[in-house]
Amino acid sequence: MALQIIEGCVNCWACLPLCPSGAIQDARPHFLIDAEHCSECAGDFADPQCASICPVEGVILDGLGVPLNPPGSLTGVPPDRWDVIRTAIQAR
Amino acid sequence: MESKLSVNGVGASCHDTRAASGCGGGSGLAGSELPAAIRAKIDNHPCFSEDAHHHYARMHVAVAPACNIQCHYCNRKYDCSNESRPGVVSELLTPDQAVSKVLAVAAAIPQMTVLGIAGPGDPLANPQRTLETFRQLTEKAPDIKLCVSTNGLALPELVDELCLHNIEHVTITINCVDPDVGAQIYPWIFWKNRRVTGRKAAEILIAQQQKGLEMLVARGVLVKVNSVLIPGVNDEHLKEVSRVVKAKGAFLHNVMPLIAEPEHGTFYGLMGQRGPTAGELGALQEACAGDMRMMRHCRQCRADAVGMLGEDRGAEFTLEKIAGQEIDYAAAMVRRAEVHASIEAQRATKNQTPCATQVPSPRPRTSEAYVSLASLTRRRPTQPATRPVLMAVATTDGQHVDQHFAQARTFALYEASASGIRFIGERRVVHEQGGSTSRDDTTRALQQTIEMLAGCEVVLCSRIGYEPWGHLEAAGIRPNGEYAMAPIEAAITAVYREMVAAGHGLSPVTTPVLMTA
Repeated sequence: MALQIIEGCVNCWACLPLCPSGAIQDARPHFLIDAEHCSECAGDFADPQCASICPVEGVILDGLGVPLNPPGSLTGVPPDRWDVIRTAIQAR
Repeated sequence: MESKLSVNGVGASCHDTRAASGCGGGSGLAGSELPAAIRAKIDNHPCFSEDAHHHYARMHVAVAPACNIQCHYCNRKYDCSNESRPGVVSELLTPDQAVSKVLAVAAAIPQMTVLGIAGPGDPLANPQRTLETFRQLTEKAPDIKLCVSTNGLALPELVDELCLHNIEHVTITINCVDPDVGAQIYPWIFWKNRRVTGRKAAEILIAQQQKGLEMLVARGVLVKVNSVLIPGVNDEHLKEVSRVVKAKGAFLHNVMPLIAEPEHGTFYGLMGQRGPTAGELGALQEACAGDMRMMRHCRQCRADAVGMLGEDRGAEFTLEKIAGQEIDYAAAMVRRAEVHASIEAQRATKNQTPCATQVPSPRPRTSEAYVSLASLTRRRPTQPATRPVLMAVATTDGQHVDQHFAQARTFALYEASASGIRFIGERRVVHEQGGSTSRDDTTRALQQTIEMLAGCEVVLCSRIGYEPWGHLEAAGIRPNGEYAMAPIEAAITAVYREMVAAGHGLSPVTTPVLMTA
């Protein structure tokens, strides 16, 4: 099993030096995880390191494609709040 | 070599301080008891000395993208070059690129005396990049002062390494000393390989910040503390923060307003947390000043700002533009030394200009004293007080009254009083983006601007139309276009003197001591 970085990653570099397997690549448009090398930190750390420091919700997925940091989990902003604000800004 | 690193797509962010901080900003200087050694260190630092900021420039290099905490006033996703707010940055640099840029800027702008690393993440969450930049600059450009600003989480472990370089100042953003308050500001930190949330996270962060502060002070490094004033969250608490950090030896405490708009995408912006009013900010800065004198010209610079405070010449020094430039820094250093000497000679000459009122002072007065160092060295409680007046300025460069009222989207707010002028902050006008120019829309936009200027008695601009003039006057705000292109402080001083002379309810009518420009 391996984790995956998807679109939405802002290339902030926080995860890259933490990876015990050296599986994170400085790629564009966003960083990538080399599935062959990712161990999900098993045996090294209790929690996957990339997902533990990533500041952006929803951009790191587990082996089943489920976000490790679902919407709202990092910022505390309720997911529907964005739509409310977007509508409010457009209505100005 | 990392120099082929792409420069796009770097999430803008804040190390924790930057929702409202950035460079070394205005704050409390221990006036009369400020030791000569510290005074010498800050005398040509544009962020710490209000006088120096007229003469010297600073720059930030964005080498530090990663962050180890989340603050509710920061959004890691945005990178908008049209915004000037902390934590926002256009171009991520490798240490090598940053050093090239610094040398190019220092050669082109000899007034640049200070290089800071402030983000776009937390500089100390990127220790290799930050320390490598400092190492090279200490070696190649020994005439540049280095500073770093940090949320403090990684500070204790890095203090000794920082001290190996030309670091004179460290800024720590400390928004609280109480974990219950901290839990409302910081949703999480990354600590010992885990994401820690809630009160526990705040507890660890606070402990690290305080330990880092103590270690720096013990090693003789100047420490400034930045605090973001978040109404209803840490406003009253900041008095306690101020007391604690001053007792531990911080030489400045800089209270800055929260910047939170929904379009910034921050927790506070999205959840409707408001920033402080100018009055709230001023009152708190006053309360935190204590026996220190506050400096209030902080402009909350972006993490890649270049130039004099309030201006950003970053676009002149992009990687593309500096690529291939060979800088003869030895020659540049000679020229820089000449320019610095001439600035100092100019400042010394001004010091000898007779002042309207002679007040014995531990340091020479300057003609800019009405905003500056003299106000740091003593307070004048015996001076009959004229009422302070809030003024808004339409300015594009933060230095001059150079903008047409109708074109101004932001106004710089200053408070003029008998004890001088202080920069309060900026107010931004958010107009509808309809693109319509109908008369109704124009009138509505004007009304919004007037509401935004509530509390101001004067608005200074380069020009203003007849109609807005009338509306402003009707709202009790006096438009003034007589100081087009004049330096802001000089214009405000002149207007305040006119108001005092004319009565205007500012009695007792005494020309302010410091208004001698």
